[in-house]
Amino acid sequence: MQLQDKVVIALGERDGIPGPALAEVAKSGGALDVVPFTLCFA
Amino acid sequence: MLLGSPDPDSTEIFAETVINGDPSYAGPLAGVSLGLDVFHVLEPEVRGVSSSSVYDSQVGLMMNTLDSDSIITAIRRVRNDTQPGDGTSR
Repeated sequence: MQLQDKVVIALGERDGIPGPALAEVAKSGGALDVVPFTLCFA
Repeated sequence: MLLGSPDPDSTEIFAETVINGDPSYAGPLAGVSLGLDVFHVLEPEVRGVSSSSVYDSQVGLMMNTLDSDSIITAIRRVRNDTQPGDGTSR
């Protein structure tokens, strides 16, 4: 896989890994832009 | 698309929804095949292309808490069973 120059949709979950954490990981891999979401099913 | 779901079942549903369309035919993506490339953040491929210090600080704790092997098996099964995009146009 490649993150460099990709636009990433980060679909996180409160009980798992939240969206902002996914966004940081994607940006560190060179993602062009990240749209983060965090779902909560509680 | 990068997932952070906590279990194999939700990982499978999310991945199938954005590749093939909503498998339950209940939502607006029913029958809509987006063909997105989907990965879970716990997959070694993601760790391999990101900064190790950022990965460890943001994901490290949950990597030891969640059932990584089952989650990785689930998302790979969905990817192998479906026809995702080639990742070059999105």
